[in-house]
Amino acid sequence: MTLPLDQLFVLTKQHLLAHIPTPAQPIASAILSVTPILIAFPLLFAITTLLERKGLGRIQNRYGPNRTGPLGLWQPIADGIKSLTKEDIVPHTADHAVHLLAPILIAAASFLGYAVLPIGRNMTLLNLNAGVLYFFAVGSLVELAVFMAGWSSRSKYSLLGAMRAIAQMISYEVPLVLASVSVIMQSGSLSTVSIVEQQATYTGIFPHWNIFTPWGILGFALFMVAACAESNRSPFDLPEGESEIIAGYYIEYSGFKFALFFLGEYLGMFATSGMAITLFLGGWSAPLSFLTFIPSYLWFFLKLLVLIAGFIWVRGTLPRLRMDQLMSLAWQFILPLAILNIFVVGVWRFLPSGILRWLICTILIIIPFTFLSRTLKKIKKFQTRTYAFVEYPITSTASPLCNTVLTAPIANSPEPQQP
Amino acid sequence: MTPAFLILAAIAVAGTAAAMALRNPIHCILALTAGLTGIAALYLQLGAQFAGLTQLMVYVGAVAILAVFAIMMTHRPSSTQRETYSLTGPAIAAALFAVLAWAICHTTTSAQPLPPEPSATVQQIGDALMHHFVLPLEIIGLLLTAALIGAVVIAMDPTKDQSKEPQ
Amino acid sequence: MIGNGILRGLTETARNFFGSYTKKERLTTIQYPEERLPQIEATRDFPFLVYDGPDWHEGMRCVACQICEKECPPKCIVIEKSKDKKPDAVGKPQFYPAIFNIDISVCMSCQICVEVCPFDAIKMDVEYDLPTDDRFTGLLFDKQRLSKSNTYYNQIHPTEAAAVDTALAEERAKAEAKAKAAAEAAAAKSAAPPQAAAQPAPQPISGETK
Repeated sequence: MTLPLDQLFVLTKQHLLAHIPTPAQPIASAILSVTPILIAFPLLFAITTLLERKGLGRIQNRYGPNRTGPLGLWQPIADGIKSLTKEDIVPHTADHAVHLLAPILIAAASFLGYAVLPIGRNMTLLNLNAGVLYFFAVGSLVELAVFMAGWSSRSKYSLLGAMRAIAQMISYEVPLVLASVSVIMQSGSLSTVSIVEQQATYTGIFPHWNIFTPWGILGFALFMVAACAESNRSPFDLPEGESEIIAGYYIEYSGFKFALFFLGEYLGMFATSGMAITLFLGGWSAPLSFLTFIPSYLWFFLKLLVLIAGFIWVRGTLPRLRMDQLMSLAWQFILPLAILNIFVVGVWRFLPSGILRWLICTILIIIPFTFLSRTLKKIKKFQTRTYAFVEYPITSTASPLCNTVLTAPIANSPEPQQP
Repeated sequence: MTPAFLILAAIAVAGTAAAMALRNPIHCILALTAGLTGIAALYLQLGAQFAGLTQLMVYVGAVAILAVFAIMMTHRPSSTQRETYSLTGPAIAAALFAVLAWAICHTTTSAQPLPPEPSATVQQIGDALMHHFVLPLEIIGLLLTAALIGAVVIAMDPTKDQSKEPQ
Repeated sequence: MIGNGILRGLTETARNFFGSYTKKERLTTIQYPEERLPQIEATRDFPFLVYDGPDWHEGMRCVACQICEKECPPKCIVIEKSKDKKPDAVGKPQFYPAIFNIDISVCMSCQICVEVCPFDAIKMDVEYDLPTDDRFTGLLFDKQRLSKSNTYYNQIHPTEAAAVDTALAEERAKAEAKAKAAAEAAAAKSAAPPQAAAQPAPQPISGETK
């Protein structure tokens, strides 16, 4: 059902292309396809910064920004002007070339991921055979840019933040890819367009979205957690938390470069949300079969806004995870569940459709999930603090009232200090 | 010799040449990454999507990160003293290049028409891996698992049983 | 099980979010400068001079005794006595301040000047919105700027002002009574001049104000 409103952008582009002479048509086609992405997603970024501040404010029982313009609507413009007019300070010992290239690379790499997202019917920029693979390959460029930013600033905090950020991003990239492998197994293709087209069919009024399956729910949850961690967003924002390491790897950036980092982070968030929508939420398809008169790109952006609202909600709710908690969550909990998800998809494919495979797959998911979470909680116990370079056991400073050594005595001192 | 090929080849050559010529190790790694990205783009331009994207994902996403971590942990800012250049290096390189160029130009005069380009979609690669090459796949998997376990064992804390329960 | 604590937290924040639109008392923000916090009666910011009646110069209670100037800890008050006298709050002719300046950038709102004033002439104002862009004289308040009427004082500190008004009314009454008695005595004295020349008995002085 190709309504003209649905294909508005496609028809406009074809109409414009007809006016351009034939030799220049490939280049013009590329430019005409890329320009809406370059306009729409930074605009969405601006809107999201405002929505986030107002949403977080309301969650925290306060108004968000409401002075600049009615309801604070000109706040993104004010932020943009502010970041453009700030002085660009580069540390004296910094590596100037790499310091300049890092924000450029992060913004460019974040834009590359949008090429394979099907934003509407027939509205994918690049219909690659290996679209999902392209998306994750491009996502790994961001880690390199993070390292460049942290290293080139020649500052301890930025290097520490960059190391933590890269470790976090590598750790969560594995469950991200594995969660999408389950979808690839089910749909049998790496092309994002065909994955969405397979989900855009309806039985009755309900669509065949991947999230309406037991492995889809688990896969979506794992994908969203990994996406949150990939874009360094709360509760996984230890590398850049303001109270932790004061902006971590972009601590030495000011003005427009900082704005580019911000833009790159949010664009990464939108791109992984877009991929989650493509893989699990049916891309541009409507949730009920009688709602297909609403254009497909509107559905995509509506779902994107719902996911962004979810991100903001989680940011306002959960406290920040410490680095070791973050890493142990990735390797001990999320990764086994992602592997389990692949197994469940295999079972799902081999069982005939009906209530039986729903039951079996749900049990196959819930029991290991429960056991794993209980086991992980039980083996975590609060340990006594031990320090390197101190000889244990310490006999004379421990009083019967304190059960742990709360202050470390100075190593090699002749007499112990009284607590 | 399309313009696309020339540009990508220039990026690949310049990147790898800079990786050899630059003095700062981090700059070398970044230049190498640029060269590898150029090679991946060349694969994509030739139509080998899987090879190109896997090259990007593995080399840039994993190998380059590994290399930068290694340099980050072990790099000491060394003194920048100019090494004395002798002529033997460039001379040997020029001689090798001449021999290779003569060999390639000599053989292309009697070149046969190119065979049709093979299509290697991901589907076919997957089929081949699962049917024809399943034994090498499993052995490689075992090897990687062994390497992973070895890395964990090396990085593990040797004094793990120091923590006592609070009385 | 991992997850149920997170879900409970998420429902709590969702309740906060939707509640902030439906229940206005969840948002405790005061939108300054459109809304202000209500002030308690004992609020004090900077001093002001009280005057009775319509004219700020004629009704000024201050008699330039300079006690507040001496007691002020950061010495922010500058007073210069006048040469002539004018009647004060109870009607007695007193000096008045020709110059009375308070530098409110120095004033620390300790209220000592108010506590030591014997004439209830200087009291604490409640105005805090006093920014200015005049670096040199913007925060130096002179006599006219400091003078505010007694009705204003009653508005900002009702109980205090009521007590001060009662005390002042009493004193005025006493002073008037004394003046009337003195006038009667003078009239009686002038009405009997022949007897007054031979009378050696001294008249008792009545109604001395303390």
